[in-house]
Amino acid sequence: MRRYFPATVHYIVLTICAFAVMYPVLYAIATSLMSMGEASMYPPHVIPHHFNLRNFIDVFDLVPIATFIGNTFLVSIVVMLGQLITSSMAAYAFARMNFKGKNLLFAAFMATMMIPWEVTIIPNYLTIRGWDWLDSYQGLIVPFLAASFGTFLLRQFFMQLPTELFEAARMDGCGHVRIFFSHVLPLSRPAIGTLAVYSFLQMWNAYLWPLLITNSDRMRTVQIGVSMLQHQETTQWNLVFAGIVLVILPSLLMLALGLKQLVRGMTVGALKG
Amino acid sequence: MNRLDDTLHLPHEKVQVRPAQLRGARTISGLKWRENLLAYIFLGPSLILFMIFFFYPMIQSVYLSLHSTDLTGRVNGFAGLDNFSYLFNNHLFFNGLKVTVYFALLTVPTGIILALILAALSNGKSKGLTIFQFAFSLPVVLSVGSSSVIWMFLFHPSLGMLNYFLSLLHLSPINWLVDPKWALLSVSIMTVWMNLGFNYIILSSGLRGIPDEIRESASIDGAGPLRLFGQILLPLLSPTLFFLVIVSVISSFQAFGQVNILTHGGPMNSTSVLVFSIYQEAFENFRFGTGSAQALVLFVIIIMLTLIQFKWAEKKVHYQ
Repeated sequence: MRRYFPATVHYIVLTICAFAVMYPVLYAIATSLMSMGEASMYPPHVIPHHFNLRNFIDVFDLVPIATFIGNTFLVSIVVMLGQLITSSMAAYAFARMNFKGKNLLFAAFMATMMIPWEVTIIPNYLTIRGWDWLDSYQGLIVPFLAASFGTFLLRQFFMQLPTELFEAARMDGCGHVRIFFSHVLPLSRPAIGTLAVYSFLQMWNAYLWPLLITNSDRMRTVQIGVSMLQHQETTQWNLVFAGIVLVILPSLLMLALGLKQLVRGMTVGALKG
Repeated sequence: MNRLDDTLHLPHEKVQVRPAQLRGARTISGLKWRENLLAYIFLGPSLILFMIFFFYPMIQSVYLSLHSTDLTGRVNGFAGLDNFSYLFNNHLFFNGLKVTVYFALLTVPTGIILALILAALSNGKSKGLTIFQFAFSLPVVLSVGSSSVIWMFLFHPSLGMLNYFLSLLHLSPINWLVDPKWALLSVSIMTVWMNLGFNYIILSSGLRGIPDEIRESASIDGAGPLRLFGQILLPLLSPTLFFLVIVSVISSFQAFGQVNILTHGGPMNSTSVLVFSIYQEAFENFRFGTGSAQALVLFVIIIMLTLIQFKWAEKKVHYQ
């Protein structure tokens, strides 16, 4: 490859591409550090001349972003834990137990992966409203507590665990419950990590459902909050972007810490296909 | 219970206790029964949640699509296929379908080709490439909400960076989101960027799965990088590419957030994609019956795409 394509040219092309892909995020970070005057200047500055960290304090006065962040953290963490519990239990049953109707139930679980969530929103909205759960944490959390994707991911992993492990545990007189808690779960940390990253991001980034069922500032989540920022009758772009940066920060952290986990989760589907 | 009890207790007690235990747990059918029970306890939480939030809503969607509802979503009466015939006689519904197909055509090929180029450029094991792999994966963690708001400002007609870059090239500014000719293209540009991370991750994992020996023997045979890529790596990558095409088409049919934030379906319905019109029908016009009918149309389209993918996967297994 080297002979035809000198390394320097290769890296220059890569750097230009990387800059282009990252540009919207870099722009958001740069603008979030500018003063109000600098942010609305034309021609625009690419790099802020002074680092104005006060924006990250002032944005809390513009919209109740602290409440949004707190709400979304709560919802995301509870959904993450819930999905880990329900998916790992269901996955264990599918991977390691024999029971009546196993194939049929597995097909039913897989079918939920094919039904796009958008198709079910109208009845789900009516259900949640019927239970008087609009504008509540339950309404944001409960519909997402089970995940067929997570069940599938963990089932694949559980099935790859060595059979000797299960035979040895059986010999020692362990039942399914003991095997599940003290052998399978501790050995499955990588797959559980993948599902944790996924389910957290899924809830942190959720847009349509929170938009439908929340309507007070007290219950709004970050993604709705951030889209409210653009409607503010304001030219304070620096504050708006300070808000955006606060909202995308956990996602960027997840990427830096969990890229491997994310890649594993995505390729589970791709390698099947 | 255990051996310690056995040795301590009197013989006639032992005889009374053990048969009961045997019958409960140690017989084959008892074991099977217990395993069945335990399995359903393990599946229970997921099953109950899926029943309430997936299977019941699917049935309810069909039910609602055959009825008319009042403004609060309560069923007024049986409507037969009226909701569907209303849809198929409504130019707005066909406009929505047309916009969605255009949107898929604008976003899917561009998104995959760009990601393929980036994956080919950054494919390799050298340490210096890690940072680029990170950069190209970046959009995958960003939500449709925050991405749309960032792009909203990039598209800003007078202060936005895109028009500033155009002015540097001495081109006249574009009314990205307001001009009906440009709005769908603008939403598509933003969507291509947003999906780039996912496409890139899938394609570069696919490339990494191709054994090094194939590359080496090809370059020994004198294949240049372009021939190597076009004639050897690309065909080997075709299952991954096919998977990605289907998944991308499905996700383009599910697009909502960027349209709601950037254009709200406008100008002149030029960006009113299918999910957005379902949302509008049900939650802005409060017509839950026709909204459900549209949702079922979406369901049929997506199920067909999924089946095509399964058929393909099956074929692939047969040939191997």
